Amino acid sequence: MAADLFFKSIAELAALLEAKTLSSTELTSALIARKTAVEGRVKAFNSSDDADALAQAAASDARRAAGQARGPLDGIPVGLKDVISVTGQPLTASSKMLANFVSPYDATVTANLKRAGAVVWGRLNCDEFAMGSSTENSAFGPTANPWDLTRVPGGSSGGSAAALAAGEVIAALGSDTGGSIRQPAALCGVVGLKPTYGLVSRYGLVAFASSLDQIGPFARTVEDAALMLGAIAGHDPLDSTSFKAEIPDYRAGLKQRRPWRLGIPKEYFGAGLDPAVGAAVEKAIAFYKSQGCEIKEVSLPHTQYCLDTYYIIATAEASSNLARFDGIRYGHRAKGAKDVVDLYAQSRAEGFGAEVKRRIILGTYVLSSGYYDAYYLRAQKVRTLIRQDFLNAYREVDALLTPTSPMPAFKLGEKSDPLALYLCDIYTIGVNLAGLPALSVPCGFTPGGLPIGLQLIGQPFREADLLAMAHTYEQAHDWHTRHPQL
Amino acid sequence: MNYEAVIGLEVHVQIRTNSKVFSRVAAGYGQPENTLTDPVVLALPGALPVMNKAALDAIIKAGLLLGCDIAPVCKWDRKNYFYPDSPKNYQISQYDQPMCLGGAVEIELPGAARNVMGEHKQIPLTRIHLEEDVGKLNHFTADSLVDYNRAGTPLMEIVSEPAMHTADEAFAYLTSLRATMIYGGISDCDMEKGQLRCDANISIRPVGQKELGVKVELKNLNSISFVRDGIAHEIKRQTAVLEAGGTLVQETRDYDGQTGLSQSLRSKEMAHDYRYFPDPDLMPVKVDEAWKARLRGECPELPFDKQRRFLEKYAIPYTITSVLVWDHALADFFETAAKLSGKAQAVGNWIVNDLLRELGAAKLTLPASKVTPAHIAGLVALIDAGTLLPNAAKEVFVEMFATGDQPAAVMERKGLKAVPVDTGELEQWCRDAIAANPKSLADFKAGKESALNGFKGSVMKAAKGKADPKRVDETLRKLLAGM
Repeated sequence: MAADLFFKSIAELAALLEAKTLSSTELTSALIARKTAVEGRVKAFNSSDDADALAQAAASDARRAAGQARGPLDGIPVGLKDVISVTGQPLTASSKMLANFVSPYDATVTANLKRAGAVVWGRLNCDEFAMGSSTENSAFGPTANPWDLTRVPGGSSGGSAAALAAGEVIAALGSDTGGSIRQPAALCGVVGLKPTYGLVSRYGLVAFASSLDQIGPFARTVEDAALMLGAIAGHDPLDSTSFKAEIPDYRAGLKQRRPWRLGIPKEYFGAGLDPAVGAAVEKAIAFYKSQGCEIKEVSLPHTQYCLDTYYIIATAEASSNLARFDGIRYGHRAKGAKDVVDLYAQSRAEGFGAEVKRRIILGTYVLSSGYYDAYYLRAQKVRTLIRQDFLNAYREVDALLTPTSPMPAFKLGEKSDPLALYLCDIYTIGVNLAGLPALSVPCGFTPGGLPIGLQLIGQPFREADLLAMAHTYEQAHDWHTRHPQL
Repeated sequence: MNYEAVIGLEVHVQIRTNSKVFSRVAAGYGQPENTLTDPVVLALPGALPVMNKAALDAIIKAGLLLGCDIAPVCKWDRKNYFYPDSPKNYQISQYDQPMCLGGAVEIELPGAARNVMGEHKQIPLTRIHLEEDVGKLNHFTADSLVDYNRAGTPLMEIVSEPAMHTADEAFAYLTSLRATMIYGGISDCDMEKGQLRCDANISIRPVGQKELGVKVELKNLNSISFVRDGIAHEIKRQTAVLEAGGTLVQETRDYDGQTGLSQSLRSKEMAHDYRYFPDPDLMPVKVDEAWKARLRGECPELPFDKQRRFLEKYAIPYTITSVLVWDHALADFFETAAKLSGKAQAVGNWIVNDLLRELGAAKLTLPASKVTPAHIAGLVALIDAGTLLPNAAKEVFVEMFATGDQPAAVMERKGLKAVPVDTGELEQWCRDAIAANPKSLADFKAGKESALNGFKGSVMKAAKGKADPKRVDETLRKLLAGM
């Protein structure tokens, strides 16, 4: 039985748990065994507290025995990217800076998952402070793509995507600042959803770029993504940027079938797009057309400025957000500093990796007196134009359909030039700048057997529509039923 | 050459709120180190700020009291700099859109004499903005430790225009500003607890010159008197430098109130680039007219306005008003008593002289007083009716302060009620007194006025203290005139 348990969906497992043919303890034990078997090759976990997971599973089983099960997530092991805090568990952000830090509090999403009965288990690897697109920037070493262990899982939430694809967790949370959920989801062949900015609380998420960061789910199926989103979404008084939105029943909403009007932004199909990815996305477009959807080419004319705008705003915010890591109150503290300035300099020099330093320096520069207007202020204006591009498009279409990533998973160590890595995000960062929801759903494989992701970009707070569109596609395809051989 | 000083003050006032400005943890003073903290205050990874509405209410109220323009939107910026007392290594503050712009603080300069009102001036304000306070560093021989209890306490920075010219003006400015904040319930402004802190920018220029001189910032002025003394010292120091043919440098100086000396902390070259930018964690908050109107309704009458009204309405002396109006509770106490009594001046005298003296001696504050406005009004009524004589009234007051009993009851209990004395009896006592003191009589006739006191003592003894001193005086003089 345990052999295929770890590739089942939340919905399937919830039914088994409900029928009491499976206990959460059995399921959790199966995942711990699976992790033991494959983790040496995948390296998706920074740490995991197995005893704590089993205790949560036992508590879930006890609830269920007492007739107090809390819903479909009760007893389901869910992994968290190591930038989301869990009381009493390490919170490293995959940085040497926080290598020994244990969080004393739960992020709001963590508390929400616990309330839903989920077994919150595992601290999943990522690029340091979520800065990167390959998980190679982790201070604890890279994660491998389960479909090809010589390749990256994408990033920054690479550990979350890889752990799910490898059957080490049933679902996971990641964070998406410029594509960090969707791109690894595409590269690992799972579903990844980045919610509308403000739908999910950021309280307890180690901040990279506050105006762009959103937590979202990784799941095997669109239905599972809907269940996960329903559990974590909602207004949080601890996050001032949290929106007071009514949270619909996303799973119930999956059934809606409409002749969606789908926009194809021409700027997203230009040079640099891998032919296999392009072909898979074209087939997906043809599918929607066959379902009676109206397909319309649209233009997002400011797309060419997205990368520059993103790297100004994101680094500016990061330079300030990461100032708190100073070796004074917690985190890495250099030995032998001669005064406080030296303590800052040495602790930060030792604690941060190269990419984090690069972004802090860039962000500090663009905020500096005399440069603020030329860079930060201008970038904010362009950001408004980028958002306007999307909103203009939504006058004619319900959603946009694009590739998630211009290329499938690349080789570990292949992209050593930072700029080459930044280009991995060209189809995803516009969404963050505009604050929109978007998801990546598997839409095929390259001839070499690497997963390809289709991105659907929706209107603010219309996640239910996005999920229904993706569900329509998923139901007619079997990509999600394929699993890597490990 | 004659020089003129130009002074601007930057005053930090802690707002009195239950919780901190961006988190739910309690704000407070004198608690064990690092107990008023939480993930937000300590800037733990993932923690986010949420604005305390009471702090915003308080700064709007302060702005309304001082006649400022209130910004239609409360917007937050990050001021980036590294220092161990700042947990995030940025301070949430307001940079280009302060909550309050303009406005003024009314001051009164010392008058020609203690009982003469001095000149009044309006000192214009540049701005008031809201920010968060930082923690406190404690330095030891080998280590420094940080206490973050103060970090995140709501703090207003009140910046005046460089519009003051003397240390006395700065003193008067702070006195008035402090009273306004206390009046508005915005802060307790206890300087010993750091609830009000002041930095002064001082320059001097030849009288008649328009351009400002080189500016020196004076820090650590931790009492209102130190502000006055520090500024006076700095003006002297700058004048001496220029008169000796030297040049001044733009710098920050630390003033030591104990020694009365200052020393340079840093020069201008070390100025920071704070890399201000809008805080993406906090949404701007709209402040509409209804919000402002509600707070305007909570604004009390300010001390100087109260003083003008007391002078006009109650016709009481300036010296009395200048004691009453600076203490909101005392002023209210007076008004209640004056309304009950109708004798404002007498009531004012009893409060300012006797009540304050007894409170001081008992180390009590007004709210703890057993004497109420009704007690004062009752006492004045007894005196007015001639039922209680002035000396006896003093005794009644002390007893009523101690017990809280009504003045009439105290008077009866102590047998202090004035007995109407008939004229014949009084005259007889006076004659007896004169006859019994031939030496005093001789002295009086020789022009020694004080000899009268000798007779008075005898009369009072005979009258067992119940004779009206005024009538005794008149009767004695009348009899003596005929001798």
